Amino acid sequence: MAIRRREFLKILGIGVVTGVVSSFGGVLIGRGKDILKEIKSSPSKVRWAMAIDTKQFITEEDFKKVIEACHKAHNVPQIPDPVREVKWIWVDTFERAFPTLEHEFISEEVKKRKFLLLCNHCDNPPCVRVCPVRATFKREDGVVVQDLHRCIGCKFCIAACPFGSRNYNFYPPKEFLKEVNPDYPARTIGVVEKCILCYQRLDEGKLPYCVEASEGKMYFGNLNDPNSSVRKVIAESIVIVRKPELQTKPMVFYIL
Amino acid sequence: MYNTGKVIFFIILLILFFTIPMWINFGRLEAIPQPELPKEEKKCVESKEYMRAYHMKLLDEWRKKAVREGVHIYVASDGEKYTISLQRTCMKCHTDKEKFCIRCHNTTLAHLDCWECHISPEEVKKWQ
Repeated sequence: MAIRRREFLKILGIGVVTGVVSSFGGVLIGRGKDILKEIKSSPSKVRWAMAIDTKQFITEEDFKKVIEACHKAHNVPQIPDPVREVKWIWVDTFERAFPTLEHEFISEEVKKRKFLLLCNHCDNPPCVRVCPVRATFKREDGVVVQDLHRCIGCKFCIAACPFGSRNYNFYPPKEFLKEVNPDYPARTIGVVEKCILCYQRLDEGKLPYCVEASEGKMYFGNLNDPNSSVRKVIAESIVIVRKPELQTKPMVFYIL
Repeated sequence: MYNTGKVIFFIILLILFFTIPMWINFGRLEAIPQPELPKEEKKCVESKEYMRAYHMKLLDEWRKKAVREGVHIYVASDGEKYTISLQRTCMKCHTDKEKFCIRCHNTTLAHLDCWECHISPEEVKKWQ
C-alpha cells in the first residue's frame, strides 16, 4: 500500500519532534549526572571543616573582629540596605540559625546566645547542582568555590541555598567600599558572591582570615585526619550543624 | 560597458570613502598606541613577543589554574616560578592599567571586562 503524502509528513513531523526533545533531555540528564559525580567524588585526603565555639563568642567585639577581618580582606561592600546587603560572615540568633532545633523550653542562655554564620561548604551542596553555567563548584578538598568570571547572576544558587549564605550584587559593589585591599579583587554588579573559605590561603598553608582573627575561638582543620584539632574538638563536645534534616551535610560545626 | 569613465570614477570614490580612517591617520605615528612599559623591570613572565601575541591566552590559563584547579604557581618556559595573580603579579610592574592595557585595547576596540572587578594600583588611590 502506498503511503499518502499527508501521512508521510505527519510521521516525519512526529519523528523530528521526538528526536529533538529526547536528545535535549539526554544532554540535560547527562550534565546533571556529571555534576553529581563531581559532588560525590571519591573522598580525597583533605576535607576542610570548621568548628565554632559559641560559648566563647560573648561580646559584640568578639564577632566584630572576625567579621571585619574577613570583609576587609575580601573587599566586601558595606551596603546599608538590609534587604540587598552583601555579607560573607554574619551574626544571628539561635532561633534563626537553627529553626528546627528551637523549641519553647530551651534554656534562656542559649536563646539569647548569638551565632556566627557563614557558608557551610556543604558536602552535598545544592548550589553546585543548580548552577547552569557551573560557576559554583566543589573543590576536591571540599571547599565550595564560585568562579565569578562565569557567574551570569541567575540567582538559582540563592534560591537553592537553605542557609542564606549567598548574596546578589544589586548595587555596584566598588562604590560601597570604604577601604580596599589591593591584593584581592572586588565584584561587579549582577553577580552572586559568598564565603570561599579563603581557599587561596589554604593552598598557601595558611588559616582562613576569620579563624586567624578569632584567636582560638574557631577551630579549623582536615576532617579526614583523626588527629586534627577539628576532629578532636568535635569528638569531645556537643556539636550541632545547621538544618541537618536537609542532608546537605554542612562542614561548619557549632559547639554548644 | 556603458559609462565606463563614470563607473570607474565612482568605484574609486567609494573605495576612498571607506578608507577615510586610513587616509586621515596616514603617516601619523601618534595614531599607533604606545603602551607604557615599566621602567625598572626589563623581563616579563614570558618573552616580549610571546606576551604581545598570546597574553590573553596566558591570562586565561592563569584564571583556570588559580580558580578552578587551585594551582597558584606558574612555571615559565625559562624555569622561573611566578605567583598566579593578576593583582599581585602583573600589576606590580604594570602599575597603570590606563597607560598599559587600555591604550591598545581602545585602539583595537577590544573591550576589557577585567577591571570591573579587579582593582588596579592606580584605582586604589581613589580610596586613600
